[in-house]
Amino acid sequence: MVDKPSLTSHHEDSTSVQLTEKVRKNPHFLSLLWANPKARIGIIMLCFFFAMAIFGPFVAPYSLADTNFPTSQTPSIVHWLGTTQSGQDVLTELLYGARISLFVGFVAGAIVILIAMFVGFVAGYFGGWIDDMLSLLMNVILVLPGLPLMILIAAYMPSHGIGEIILVMSITGWAFGGRSLRAQMLTMVQQDYVIAAKFAGERPLRIIFYEILPNMLSYIVANFFGAVVGAVLAEAGLEFLGLGNPSITSWGTMIYWAQSSDAMLSGQWAWILAPGLCIAGLAAALTFVNFGIDAVANPRLQGE
Amino acid sequence: MKYFMRKIVFFIVTIWIAITLNFILPRLMPGNPAQAMMSKFAQQGAITPSQEHALALMLGMPTGSLWTQYWQYLLHVCEGNFGVSYSFYPVKVITVIAGALPWTLTLVGLVTIIQFVVGTLLGVYAAWHRGRKFDSVATVLFSFTSAFPYFWIALLFIYLFGYILNWFPISGGYSGSLSPALNWSFVGSALYHSILPALTIFITGIGGSLLSMRNNMINTLGEDYILLGRAEGLSETVISIRYAARNALLPIVTNFAMTLGMVVGGSLLMETVFAYPGMGYLLSTALSNQDYPLLQALFLFITVSVLLANFAADIVYGFLDPRVRRGGAR
Repeated sequence: MVDKPSLTSHHEDSTSVQLTEKVRKNPHFLSLLWANPKARIGIIMLCFFFAMAIFGPFVAPYSLADTNFPTSQTPSIVHWLGTTQSGQDVLTELLYGARISLFVGFVAGAIVILIAMFVGFVAGYFGGWIDDMLSLLMNVILVLPGLPLMILIAAYMPSHGIGEIILVMSITGWAFGGRSLRAQMLTMVQQDYVIAAKFAGERPLRIIFYEILPNMLSYIVANFFGAVVGAVLAEAGLEFLGLGNPSITSWGTMIYWAQSSDAMLSGQWAWILAPGLCIAGLAAALTFVNFGIDAVANPRLQGE
Repeated sequence: MKYFMRKIVFFIVTIWIAITLNFILPRLMPGNPAQAMMSKFAQQGAITPSQEHALALMLGMPTGSLWTQYWQYLLHVCEGNFGVSYSFYPVKVITVIAGALPWTLTLVGLVTIIQFVVGTLLGVYAAWHRGRKFDSVATVLFSFTSAFPYFWIALLFIYLFGYILNWFPISGGYSGSLSPALNWSFVGSALYHSILPALTIFITGIGGSLLSMRNNMINTLGEDYILLGRAEGLSETVISIRYAARNALLPIVTNFAMTLGMVVGGSLLMETVFAYPGMGYLLSTALSNQDYPLLQALFLFITVSVLLANFAADIVYGFLDPRVRRGGAR
């Protein structure tokens, strides 16, 4: 097990006053991250996609509801990415779709990381039979193939929509983060400051969230981004299979419609290329940021 | 020995959990899909009372207590009785799956192994020459390609190689004029049809193998025994392959199930795009027809295949790493 020391512990005694350390740590961490070229690419790409989600509908050339264009057009000056089989502008769909795709990805990622934190921390902190039970549960979920399991659950859902997709991904996606946070917690509980806090009579919840959590922040953020990547890709997969709500515009449903109307056999390359590239770009951006976090937090990967 | 016993018990427990999930899920959901299915069957034509009974058991119609239902369900699964498929009525689910499983197992299995070996070797190379040109290009390029959705790559390939260049067939597993048999024309046709699907799995999967091997390898290269090996004047090949790569491979074998689960999930979607006659294509057929008996069985067979592969990886791991056999550090 590679020990990942917290960022400031090289320079300072970890038992020094927690508060000042916390205040100084964040800007320090971000500037370190920005200095890493891969993380910088990732952050810039991420900002681009966020801008797209926030401002997209305002800069979209047409209205999303406008279906009066000639159908199944290839890219032209009027329609940069062509039009759909029902006469919508593909670029407009792409810009509106960013909202749903980012929303679903980040909300599902947040729920996943919260469950993972709760289970991982409880298992790692308390140990014993609690750990045995929770670890078994995590290992079982981890070996069950994720996407087929999501498909099975989603297929039984009485309705298909954003909420259902987020729910399915939250139920099945937390085990990976849970396991790695548990492993991290196992090394944390043996540190002197935790033992000192226990002897001082602090309650477990306070120790976990006030003493240990700040030292694991980089780790949690990395796991969160990993969870969002998983959620973005899984969302696209489920929507592609028609398990989302096809009348909602997201990047996944765009590919669903492109496939079901044989866009690649009528030469509409842009309709397929654009949403997939956005999905891959978003996932890659988050992965790049994670590379940076890893490089900053893990001294062996430094100097890249 | 204790290690192997633990793995066998875990294997059996996970299979039991997968079967139980299949049993519980339809009963947990509101709106009873079984009822909807029964009325669909009734529309399609008369069904005999025994078929109706089997269907009812499969779909969770309330006959008897939950426990008796559960035991009957377990018995049926052990006999390979998954009921009758709705989308291929009146063919049995088990027959439908038997026709599809070999296609997926050969294609996905073979390509996954090739992709894993090539990706891992490239990962060793990238880590050994860390910071050089290949490494910097490869890490950026492959973190991008490993984020590609499988079905999206498949669609682009169809457009590029099928529609524009017309090099490869764009759907099916073999030429429509042939029927499955062990002769050269059929095998050749099947190989020809499998090139684009195989390329899809290879290109999207290789990034993951490369990147995880590279990162593990960089961690291993920081170990003291590597430094010692250098001090002893061992050759670069010996240090990189026999010292570093062997140890860096261990965590990858441990994470095998997750990696495989992702490749299998992606491949299933890829099959849908190519209309490849495997499990993934069946899955989408089952979904669009709300064929729950087929869906349940597909989930079970896919899961058992992944669990078996993972079990094999665990056994291999036991032989690779003597520490786990002796019950020492994990």
